[in-house]
Amino acid sequence: MLLYILKRVLSAISVVIVTLVASFALFFLAPTDPAGVICGPRCTPERLADIEASLDLNEPPINQIGAYMKGIVVGREYSSGGTVRECAAPCLGYSYTLGQPVTKLLGAALPVTISIVLGGAVVYLVVGILTGTIAAQVRGTSLDKLVVGSTLVVQSIPYFVFALLVALYATFLPDSGYHPFTDNPLTWASGLLAAWLCVGLTNAAAYTRYSRASMIEALGQDFVRTASSKGISRRRVVYRHGLRAGLTPVVTIFGIDLAFQLTGAIFTESIFNLPGLGQLTLRAFGQYDLPVLMGGVLIGSVVLVVMNLVVDIAYTFLDPRVRLG
Amino acid sequence: MSDQSIQAPHTVSRVPRTPAANEEAYLEVSDLQVQFPTADGLVRAVQGLSYSVPLRRTLAIVGESGSGKSVSSMAVMGLHDRRVARIAGSIKVGGREIVNMSDKELEGYRGGDAAMIFQDPQSSLHPYFTIGDQIMESYRAHNNVSKRKAKDRAIDMLGRVGIPNPRRRVDQYPHEFSGGMRQRAMIAMALVNDPKLLIADEPTTALDVTVQAQILDLISDLQRDFGSAVVFITHDLGVVAEIADDILVMYAGTAIEHGPVNKILGEPLHPYAWGLLESIPALTGEPQPLHPIPGSPPSLLAVPTGCPFHPRCEFKDRVGGDLCTTLKPDLIPRTGDLGRTSRCHLKEPDKVFETEVLPRLP
Repeated sequence: MLLYILKRVLSAISVVIVTLVASFALFFLAPTDPAGVICGPRCTPERLADIEASLDLNEPPINQIGAYMKGIVVGREYSSGGTVRECAAPCLGYSYTLGQPVTKLLGAALPVTISIVLGGAVVYLVVGILTGTIAAQVRGTSLDKLVVGSTLVVQSIPYFVFALLVALYATFLPDSGYHPFTDNPLTWASGLLAAWLCVGLTNAAAYTRYSRASMIEALGQDFVRTASSKGISRRRVVYRHGLRAGLTPVVTIFGIDLAFQLTGAIFTESIFNLPGLGQLTLRAFGQYDLPVLMGGVLIGSVVLVVMNLVVDIAYTFLDPRVRLG
Repeated sequence: MSDQSIQAPHTVSRVPRTPAANEEAYLEVSDLQVQFPTADGLVRAVQGLSYSVPLRRTLAIVGESGSGKSVSSMAVMGLHDRRVARIAGSIKVGGREIVNMSDKELEGYRGGDAAMIFQDPQSSLHPYFTIGDQIMESYRAHNNVSKRKAKDRAIDMLGRVGIPNPRRRVDQYPHEFSGGMRQRAMIAMALVNDPKLLIADEPTTALDVTVQAQILDLISDLQRDFGSAVVFITHDLGVVAEIADDILVMYAGTAIEHGPVNKILGEPLHPYAWGLLESIPALTGEPQPLHPIPGSPPSLLAVPTGCPFHPRCEFKDRVGGDLCTTLKPDLIPRTGDLGRTSRCHLKEPDKVFETEVLPRLP
């Protein structure tokens, strides 16, 4: 098991490195002029040369990547206009448009996004799995049809429209905004409530459908019939025997969903004015802030490989028949 | 439900156990009807089934897939979803009526007074819980005891069904057991509360032949120890000969023949039962082509009028008029022997069997 995890971590690191090199190549070697963009309209040739030098843009690409990687491990310095800016390890570059190291920017944005996504996940897991399980038990009845119909309606509404509707009509919710959890957990939660409900309810539709299908299959299994024949309560049959089997496939979907939500909460963050990763990278995109974009890519690839690993390991706990190795 | 062919009886001439004395029935099924309304119409899975089983006796219910043997036994266990199945008639177990019993009462009944062994232990045991956990759950559902006590009981039961090293095995998962061991564990789980009624639904079908014999012996031994009434569902006449005291032959949701095992296997009175015997391949002499019963079992959506077997019956010309196609025969004694009943209009079926069917048997 430990050996397996070690192997997976090593391969995860190599995936991240390949992603980094590939996106580096795409961003920095593209026929664009990052120095010019940073320099702005009132640019002098001296200033342009200075910026190019500070970004290593004159160096061959291989050296640029080397410097970037080295910066991640030991940190580096950026000198521009005579001043030297310290960028401590793990240095992911320096954002000239924001005047801050990328690591610091990501460090500020990541807790916001994680708060949104995890809070939303609690909502959609609870709502989705419960509704799906109930619908599976009353399969074919009008209640079941109502549930399935509602999920279709919710899923048919584009996400940003749903989020806008929540923002426009759910005015009774506390004002949206990010306050660090460590300052005051209550204000943290109230500022995120609207975003949680929005992420939670839209995704709950999908999870209702997954859980319903999964539970219908699980409840039809022979071992559920065996459980009924033991004389335990119907509730215990459904929630202990059925749900235990029915949830396993849902966990796989959840792991991957979570990874995508962590990297793609742009709409939620923009509409509810939360300074998370999505907003940070979207802004960076508009301003051609390459170091920040690179940082976003790095976070995204790390989250994705980590979540995949977590799902695989979680499986060994969920299903005793699965042995990793 | 699987659809294997009828297999050869290996020990037909077995000494019957205690004769069918007038013991009081522990399980008494009368005029049981189980119907499933579907989009295509009403499925009449069981129509007017009646039988009884006293303690310490084994009734084998035989028949093709779809003849209603499993459906009727699920009804006896109270396992049908009442929103899906319509159940009428009466099922009395130890004097208590099961049909229309409340859910709460059914919980106490299932697994306590009556327990069931299912066909495929691979799929019938929960893959995510340990064997011990599953046995303990059954025990604790009916006995207010600590986990520790329940575990001791589970270990004890695993030992009794012949699982070596039960103290270690109790914490293992079903996938760590072999097929035969899994079925033993299943039996341990069913018997953990000393049920008076045990229903075994094709418990040996998923097992290979040597393991089959061990499991049959185990069930017989345990029945003797526990003194329970056993209903044994099977399509394997060899198994029937091995284990049963009485046989009930089912066709299209009704009983067509009922009596002591040696009589029914030795001298059946219904053309369907004759067909079953004829379809058994001979194990000696020159290889002969098989003699299947022509046609296939009727759809339970549209059961034939009159005798449900008439479209496949080669003897229906012997019955005067259109009796076979219009009137369903009663399940009554057809010969001087009052201990056995059959559902056929044929006059003197015992003579027909002796002169025409017996010579054809392999």
